[in-house]
Amino acid sequence: MSDTTGSGPMLAADGRPLKESLGRALRRQKLRALALIAPLLFFVLLTFVIPIVSMLIRSVDNEIVENTLPGAVPALAAWDSATQDLPSEDVYQNMFFDLFNASEARRHTRLGSRLNYETTGLASLFRTSGRNMDSIGEVFQDAIEDVDPRFEDGAFWYAMMNGTGGDAMLEMRRARWENLMDQDMSADIGFMPSQAIIEILPTTAAAYTDWAIWTVIDDEDVVSEEDPWESVYAALAIDLRNPATGPALTAYQGPGADALQALAAADLPELTFTEAFLDLDEDWGDKEVWETIVVYSPNYTAGYFLNAVDAQLTSEGVSMRPDNQQLYIQLFIRTLQMSLIITGSCILLGYPIAWLLANLPMRTANVLMILVLLPFWTSLLVRTSAWKVLLQQQGVINEILVWLGFVDDANRLILMNNSTGTIIAMTHILLPFMILPLYSVMKTIPPTYLRAAKSLGATNWTAFWRVYFPQSVPGIGAGSILVFILAIGYYITPEIVGGTDGVFISNRIAYHISSSLNWGLAAALGTILLVLVMALYWCYDRIVGIDNVKLGG
Amino acid sequence: MKFTKPILTTMALSLSATTSLADGHMASDMTLVSWGGAYQSSQINAYADPYVAMNPGVTITWDESSAEAVAKLRAMNEAGSITWDVVDVVAADALRLCDEGLAMEIDADEILAPAPDGTSASDDFGDLLVGDCFIPQIVYSTTFGYRTDMVPAGVEAPNDICDVFDLETYPGMRALEQRPINNVEWALLCDGVAKEDVYDVLATEEGQEQALAKLDTIRDSVIWWSAGADTPQLLADGEVFMGSTYNGRLFAAIEEQGQPIGMMWDAQVFDLDGWIIPEGLSDERLARAKDFIYFATDTQRLADQAKYISYGPARLSSAPLVGQHATLGIEMAQHMPTDPANAANTFLYNYEFWADYRDDIDAKFQAWLAQ
Repeated sequence: MSDTTGSGPMLAADGRPLKESLGRALRRQKLRALALIAPLLFFVLLTFVIPIVSMLIRSVDNEIVENTLPGAVPALAAWDSATQDLPSEDVYQNMFFDLFNASEARRHTRLGSRLNYETTGLASLFRTSGRNMDSIGEVFQDAIEDVDPRFEDGAFWYAMMNGTGGDAMLEMRRARWENLMDQDMSADIGFMPSQAIIEILPTTAAAYTDWAIWTVIDDEDVVSEEDPWESVYAALAIDLRNPATGPALTAYQGPGADALQALAAADLPELTFTEAFLDLDEDWGDKEVWETIVVYSPNYTAGYFLNAVDAQLTSEGVSMRPDNQQLYIQLFIRTLQMSLIITGSCILLGYPIAWLLANLPMRTANVLMILVLLPFWTSLLVRTSAWKVLLQQQGVINEILVWLGFVDDANRLILMNNSTGTIIAMTHILLPFMILPLYSVMKTIPPTYLRAAKSLGATNWTAFWRVYFPQSVPGIGAGSILVFILAIGYYITPEIVGGTDGVFISNRIAYHISSSLNWGLAAALGTILLVLVMALYWCYDRIVGIDNVKLGG
Repeated sequence: MKFTKPILTTMALSLSATTSLADGHMASDMTLVSWGGAYQSSQINAYADPYVAMNPGVTITWDESSAEAVAKLRAMNEAGSITWDVVDVVAADALRLCDEGLAMEIDADEILAPAPDGTSASDDFGDLLVGDCFIPQIVYSTTFGYRTDMVPAGVEAPNDICDVFDLETYPGMRALEQRPINNVEWALLCDGVAKEDVYDVLATEEGQEQALAKLDTIRDSVIWWSAGADTPQLLADGEVFMGSTYNGRLFAAIEEQGQPIGMMWDAQVFDLDGWIIPEGLSDERLARAKDFIYFATDTQRLADQAKYISYGPARLSSAPLVGQHATLGIEMAQHMPTDPANAANTFLYNYEFWADYRDDIDAKFQAWLAQ
């Protein structure tokens, strides 16, 4: 206590300032508390936060286009689809090298599938064109090898291209491969592009470097022992078309100089890449193909979200899809409507049962409780299939109705493969989630209140409505939230008994995950569903108040 | 066979030490993925059991995930850990997996056995080698079955695909698959489009609308199925008069369960089912997978499978070897979709077309269904 007499800060027993000492003790406590919840925190992060974040990213991620077409995408920036008919030769030329590399790596079809979600036909366009890229290159390869057979030899090429000073090019081409393959390609490849060649024959050096990296890292071969791809010959022909190349070559003294000079003087095929592509497939002359690539070239796109709300992204901007292709908004609305109906029917059916459970003598209540819980212990699929047996036209319910004469044999009720089936089956399946919270809340309402109300002159109805019901509202709230949120994401029951107008948005999400492999769209639909649920939760909180929700006593 | 099995098992146990040395370059565990049910049983009987008998020490694990194989393989690929060695998928999925770079490209003549007469594998399988990754096993067809007891009196049993669209002569419910593939082709065929023009017409907006308009005429009488087992069940329960499903399912319902169901083979759509090897297996596992596939797709093995299920072997050379059903003892040839009597009017699933148009037409089809 003597510390307080001094003018300095209050000190603890060990002479440190009390504030610091206390802070340290508190921090240690916090850390210990954190360590205690660390496993749970880690688990939640791993199983909940990370998947949701990755879903959000997937719904806008579009890196595949630029990663697969690193040359053509920047080149397309110069193309104005409004005024120009087709992109320039430069674009086709870049497209050739991009597609050539991609097809060697078998990545061109992946891009084709991606773009086919937006414009039908691109899957096969990319598949067949990728396969034929080497045939374009062969035109040049044959001509060049005819001029000088030394170009057939891998070692000759290596001597010509290898040198010093090409670090920047090597790293740039490596980075492109790494983007395309999404894997590390940094190993030593025993090849360095020669700066002299890069200056005179830039396209050739780039194509050769691409090939060298792939040859060493993926094919595990040695650069000097292998013959380069056809794309390298095409690149050489392109470089030789440049009027500046001839004069530059006459001054060149490095390996293969004579062969290159002879080649510069020779006649090489005049084939342009625009012609070659149009020859391969006339769709390469279709503006829509190029517009799709331009529209979907940014690394992030709103396209999936637009698709998820029945809109589309085109070169003219955002527009709604034609009526005969609109689906998702309708499904979202239906999912919400039917979930509300299911929640409503769960309240209607569950309330009296919960009341019985809470007010019957213990013995009877226990038996009733088992009946409520029994479906809980049965497999979801079994329960749903059981409903199929009951609801179908030749099923138990229709048979009984026909036998009793309520329904004509020829006009049996259609109880499943429509929304009725989904509502009936899902109400049954989700009923326990309504009954249990209701029961636990009703259990805490003292029966004396009702008796008191009646003794003060209330009728049965008034006593219930004015005294009992308000106290059970928190249970209804809890049950409704549970049932509604479970219902909105339901998948298997609508799939089995829903038919056509009883399916939910989740069924479409499942289709895009497992069948069409359009995970971006599935992620966008899932994100919208998540946001919808959160928005509804927020509304609920504002109107009813989440503090009024009770899951138990 | 009953006696040899335990003997082989004991041999397998005693030999496992030596074989693991001999097979040092091949993995001894293998996970095969298939469809479950009667189809997987036929594969176990025809391929897997004989293979294990020949290669004691090899353990085969089955995973019944073929229906979700495409999505699961993609997820495995993204996670960087492929746990499957050989996967059974339909040809359309194989094409998709190949496009996505998830299935290994194969050279048929290099990894598949030639026919007994020396014909190369690529000639023996012929056109059925769809895409670059697919190894065909069987030809199955999607065709119609109908309740024989629900055919109206005085009317011929349905024998024409257009009877499906004829509600006046053949009133009653129909079961159709909940996807556009097959249904739109049949619809166009019965709306006056010539068979050879069907895909040209379907490639246009108007053609797609025409097909949906035709389907609209029977829309209220259709139950849409999504699992292959649905239609046989709906037929057995009398819920539908006629319905499309895989011919093997109908065979089982008719011959094995004795249901009053008739086959209508007209305009059946041939499709293929076969193996793919996932991309990215280790060398040991790849060697084992290739060794298994070489055995499991040879002429005799493919013919053997037809003893257990009524799907046609994908090899030309297997057809003459198709014999009797293993337990029912009936001749299987006449139950094959490829039998000349059944194959008078057929379609072959157009893989290229559907790889392009599947997403587009499916979106329109689902929007039409939801209206």
